Amino acid sequence: MNPSDFELIAGLLKQRSGLVLTPDKGYLLESRLSSVARRWDFKSFEEMVQSIRAKRDEKLLSEITEAMTTNESFFFRDTKPFDQFRDLVLPHLLTARAAKRSFRIWSAACSTGQEPYSLAMLLKEAESKLAGWRIEIIATDLSNEVLDKAKEGLYTQFEAQRGLPITLLMKYFTQAGDHWQISPELRKMITFKTFNLLESPASLGQFDVIFLRNVLIYFDPPTKGKILEGMSRQLASDGFLYLGGAETVLGVSDKFKPKQGQRGIYELSQTEGALAAAS
Amino acid sequence: MKSCLIVDDSKVVRMVARKILEGFNFDIAEAEDGQKALDHCRASMPDAVLLDWNMPVMSGIEFLRALRAMDVADQPVVVFCTTENDMKHIQDAIQAGANEYIMKPFDSEIIQSKFTQVGLI
Ligand SMILES: C[S@@+](CC[C@H](N)C(=O)[O-])C[C@H]1O[C@@H](n2cnc3c(N)ncnc32)[C@H](O)[C@@H]1O
Repeated sequence: MNPSDFELIAGLLKQRSGLVLTPDKGYLLESRLSSVARRWDFKSFEEMVQSIRAKRDEKLLSEITEAMTTNESFFFRDTKPFDQFRDLVLPHLLTARAAKRSFRIWSAACSTGQEPYSLAMLLKEAESKLAGWRIEIIATDLSNEVLDKAKEGLYTQFEAQRGLPITLLMKYFTQAGDHWQISPELRKMITFKTFNLLESPASLGQFDVIFLRNVLIYFDPPTKGKILEGMSRQLASDGFLYLGGAETVLGVSDKFKPKQGQRGIYELSQTEGALAAAS
Repeated sequence: MKSCLIVDDSKVVRMVARKILEGFNFDIAEAEDGQKALDHCRASMPDAVLLDWNMPVMSGIEFLRALRAMDVADQPVVVFCTTENDMKHIQDAIQAGANEYIMKPFDSEIIQSKFTQVGLI
């Protein structure tokens, strides 16, 4: 690929979604974007880039940005984070939020929905302890294509088996042809929204738990730092931040520290109380 | 090392499953129908059974019911692995005492994920 074409597209991607592409990933650009070029009736990838040089079509650029996201996800991904949610996070919230009987969870790069639905299933399983509670799950992603799929809650047989115990499939899914659809009851528990992590999350309000899993890996350190800083302002002082297995706050942001003995969970480094005590 | 009995009338499926499970350090035995599987279990009880549904001589569900009726200290973990993919079959399997259920076609990741959930990996 022509280096200046690569530079242009890589620059646009970095600016629009934070995605960092090194020049050795030219093949990835071309293979993922050739279908976008075809959809837009360009004769080739090169022709599409030429047209972008002439005119920045917002719709085309969004499609390109979405096409370059990696959307792989599965139910109860890595198992442990969800065990921790059930055994540590939920019991904590049940005590700490007993007065107001409500808490909010944010799945901040929810892709096709497996992450928020896994949480919804855990909450449903704990229903007897949560009678009268108001629990909000906000699930966001940059890509509207994955959000549409998430809202539908329709999964192939393959997807429905990855990570999902059969008893939960029996309980919360119905068969729809060769697909499996998650029950309306669970779909109702989640609010899906478009949200770009490069924007300020202030408008989304405060959260008690934030899942930010398997997305920071695509960004450079300054971008990671900025996103984590924004998250730190939206998280309750005793809240929990989840990152993916290959992600960490160490060397990226001093707003969070690993929660002792709980791999993958982070907490605010300085709570307001500690700040007040220090001054 | 845990042992797993693979029960399927297709030699190809048994071979694919064997390759995958050996990768997760299982000691593998094979049987081509429910009756042979039952004979195997009477002689030596495995830790796990990967079980097809439709087979000649004795089906998977018949095998499972006979197995669960056996009076042994350590019942194996049974994971169905079949092309039967409707809710009714799944419910029948779980009711008969299956621990997990895989709908074919499967791959290594699905086997890994299901075997992890039932504590075999
Ligand atoms: C690999 S998926 C992770 C899904 C899920 N959190 C998990 O761990 O399985 C990464 C998701 O991040 C989304 N994403 C990438 N850049 C983003 C951005 N700047 N803002 C919001 N979402 C973004 C992608 O669209 C994709 O769906």
